[in-house]
Amino acid sequence: MSNWFPENVSTFGGDVDSIFWLIFYITTVWFFITEGLLVYFAFRYRRKPGEKAAYVLGDTMTQLAWVLVPLAIIVVLDVLIDIRGAEVWAKIKGQPPPADVTVRAMGKQFNWGFTYPGPDGKFGTEDDLQIDNDLHVPVGKVIHVILTSKDVIHSFFLPHARLKQDVVPGREIPAWFQITKPGEYEIPCAELCGFGHSGMNGKLYAHSAEDYEKWRKERWPEGAQQTATKG
Amino acid sequence: MSSETSHAPLGFWRSHVFSTDHKVIAKQYLSLALFWALMGGSTAYLIRWQIAYPDSEAPGWGYVAPDVFNALVTMHGTIMVFFVAMPILLAAFGNFLIPLMIGAKDMAFPRLNMLSFWIFFVASVVLVTSIFVPGGPAAAGWTGYPPLSAKMEYTGVGWGMNLWLLALALEFASFLLGGVNFLTTAMNMRAPGLTWFRLPVVVWMQLTAAVIFLLSVGPLIAGAVMLLMDRIVGTTFFLPEGGGEPLLWQHLFWFFGHPEVYVLLLPGFGIILEVISVFSRKPVFAYRPIIYATIVAGFLSFVVWAHHQYVSGLDPRLAMPFSITTIIISVPFAFVIFSIIATLWRASITFSSPMLFSLGSLGVFIFGGLTGIFNGSPPVDIYIHDTYFVVAHFHYTLFSAVFFGSFAGIYFWFPKMFGRMMNETLGKIHFWLTFIFFNSVFIPMHLVGLRGMMRRIANPMQYEFLKPLEPLNQFITLSAILLLLSQFFFVINFFMSLVRGKAAERNPWQANTLEWTTDSPPPHENFSTTPTVYRGPYEYSSPDAEEDWLPQDRPLSAPRAAARQEESS
Amino acid sequence: MNAETATMSGAAVPPGKTGTWWFLASEIPVFGGLIASYIVVRLGSAGWGESSAHLNFTLALINTFLLLTSSMTVVMAHAASEESNYRSVANFLGLTILLGLGFLGVKAVEYTTEIAHGFTPASGIFWSFYFGMTGLHGLHVLAGIIVNVVLWIGALKGSLAQNSHRVELAGLYWHFVDIVWIFLFPLLYLA
Repeated sequence: MSNWFPENVSTFGGDVDSIFWLIFYITTVWFFITEGLLVYFAFRYRRKPGEKAAYVLGDTMTQLAWVLVPLAIIVVLDVLIDIRGAEVWAKIKGQPPPADVTVRAMGKQFNWGFTYPGPDGKFGTEDDLQIDNDLHVPVGKVIHVILTSKDVIHSFFLPHARLKQDVVPGREIPAWFQITKPGEYEIPCAELCGFGHSGMNGKLYAHSAEDYEKWRKERWPEGAQQTATKG
Repeated sequence: MSSETSHAPLGFWRSHVFSTDHKVIAKQYLSLALFWALMGGSTAYLIRWQIAYPDSEAPGWGYVAPDVFNALVTMHGTIMVFFVAMPILLAAFGNFLIPLMIGAKDMAFPRLNMLSFWIFFVASVVLVTSIFVPGGPAAAGWTGYPPLSAKMEYTGVGWGMNLWLLALALEFASFLLGGVNFLTTAMNMRAPGLTWFRLPVVVWMQLTAAVIFLLSVGPLIAGAVMLLMDRIVGTTFFLPEGGGEPLLWQHLFWFFGHPEVYVLLLPGFGIILEVISVFSRKPVFAYRPIIYATIVAGFLSFVVWAHHQYVSGLDPRLAMPFSITTIIISVPFAFVIFSIIATLWRASITFSSPMLFSLGSLGVFIFGGLTGIFNGSPPVDIYIHDTYFVVAHFHYTLFSAVFFGSFAGIYFWFPKMFGRMMNETLGKIHFWLTFIFFNSVFIPMHLVGLRGMMRRIANPMQYEFLKPLEPLNQFITLSAILLLLSQFFFVINFFMSLVRGKAAERNPWQANTLEWTTDSPPPHENFSTTPTVYRGPYEYSSPDAEEDWLPQDRPLSAPRAAARQEESS
Repeated sequence: MNAETATMSGAAVPPGKTGTWWFLASEIPVFGGLIASYIVVRLGSAGWGESSAHLNFTLALINTFLLLTSSMTVVMAHAASEESNYRSVANFLGLTILLGLGFLGVKAVEYTTEIAHGFTPASGIFWSFYFGMTGLHGLHVLAGIIVNVVLWIGALKGSLAQNSHRVELAGLYWHFVDIVWIFLFPLLYLA
């Protein structure tokens, strides 16, 4: 079943998956208990000639306990799920680790426009590069993406990184990720954005260190002295 | 009772078309909703065909273009929620049952009731019209997020979307007036002896749903006015270039949208509780706590809405508070579910069609409720938001109430509504086919979502990572077609029984509630004399009675009456 | 007292009144939603004080006075209806209607002046809210005027006597419309 998910190649993807599995195991147990009881009671207590149903109102504490105790257990499990979930949420959507590479991503009808700051590491300067569709990043480095939209709401979705963030016009929303394995990964749009929504797709190129340098040298032949990776 | 009950018989138009009789109005809502169900089912067919066999010709229609696909998903959601679920569960069942179950002649405001239906009719006409105007119908999803929905250029849809907003506004007005009617009727017109806690659960559920709707729809009405103004007048409520805020719509929408799902759910729960009690010959377990739990859930439904917006651009710090409220709201519902299961314990169960649908509804709801926990967890939602996992989740919870619940209600109250019995064999076939095909559509859909397939895309084959889903999507589509075709057993049964069904007696199910004390179908003004109520609605297998049922309006026997007098003095 | 005697009624409130209260309860979130949106969006952005400076405070003050007075006249109409003094009911309803029309007239003057100066609904977010909120409110005032006119005609013709409780219900609605204005006025004109 874990092979069913797209291959996880991000540092926090495993954390997301682990909360999924936590919830999965808890809910599966409850599923079998509740549905099992339902089916068992339906079968066991089917009408038999000469047998009357029991006049049970559920208005005493002993009777209600049968419902309240499982309820209490559920509350405890829910709290557990929430606490574990909060940690992962804070890691992904809270204060991000310092950026090694920063890119701007703009959703538009119907593709992604990526703006690279170039060797000077600043946006809005001459060496900025704007490419549609392709996001090139180095593997093993923290990538910050500043997300915005040109027109309608889109959603920046990296299934292989377990990352999703809606992009909203008029806002700049930060997101971050770190890829663990070189490869090409799709960046579909995950929010209905018009008749071209289906097919709106970008590509994340996660390069090994040398390939990334090669890519940078191709793009910025002159400004090679200061790499965008800080420090 | 009073001489005003008799008046000259009304002509065809006044008694069948422009009627103020709640029973006629209920049937009018039911008929119109069944028409819309056909339309909604057709949209589902086309959507599924396109997904499974992208860009091929759907039999009976042809090629589904991308913008048409967007219109289809939009109309599917809009039709099913507002023009099928609401009219059947609230307007049809609420209208039919409330006056009968409280022993009243009709609603508190019969003419307002008639007006409510006709406003809904006009809303339907407006929505149908929106399909045929230049630019086509609304295509920004049933959720209509701006800026996509706020500017014509973004979708190419012009009047179609404006009419969509107008149709919704009219629908809201219709149900607002209906809600006012339901609540006033229940507050003021209960038969003597019918205290609040002797009301059937289904009435409580209808009333709670009415209150929730009344208090939650306002912000969306405001939002719809704002969106319409953005589109027509040039305001910029939701357009950032004019200083507006796209996310504002989402808050207004979901502030209503979340309570709305409980507005749909509660009547379904009510129906299955009634049916389960009758066909288990047992009282509803924990009747009063169920009502309290439902009311608490009603309150809580107003503070969970942003769980639809975790990755929307909302301040991430808000995710956990809403996640907590979302968890809390699952508690009263779990209570209700467990109590329903407890009602089956030591019961004496008859597997009639209504009972099968009720048990099916319960089973389906449990599954849907459990998948809700995945969606409610913010980190998991990062991945599954806007994927088919969400779609699978809400189809489980909605089908539970709207499909299985409605069918349970229709099979159960058909004899009372139409004076004839439905065919049991066809009913059972209908149930099993529906249950099997429903699950074969929507269980695999969870897997499709977990693979990452996004919502509202017309062609998953355009994405490498989704290519492995082709066989599964095709399986789902074929199951969906079979599910739709299975509904013919219901349609045939319904119409055949209307014409040739066995004549129904007053109380074919030997049930306790007041609607079963009058004729099938009830005459105009329902009861020849106003009933008096002596007990709650669930005295099944009571030690006080020889039979396994004890109607609410049967007077206490003399020795019992004397004992009661002694107890209370 | 034996519960099994009379029809059970929640609080012995006549159906029309119960219905009207539920209706008003549903209207509150409509304006509540708009007002909350206005507050939240306004708190989150700058420059609104600038825009609101272009509104005519004096006219709005007059309008507030007109509506408050009309709430008083509608109460007088209700009192008259309790005494079955339908001449008086008609007079006070008539006054209420005039004051309501006055309110709408002043708003019309405001709107035309603003638009003439280039401030239209498309002039930015403040103006979107201003025209949206006062426009929706104005439509509600108009609806109230229509209801009052119908009752006024009934009072003049004498047919109102059969349904005299409707004066109170119309009054309840009118007070609601007035209260919404009491919120809109400071939010738009004073802040």
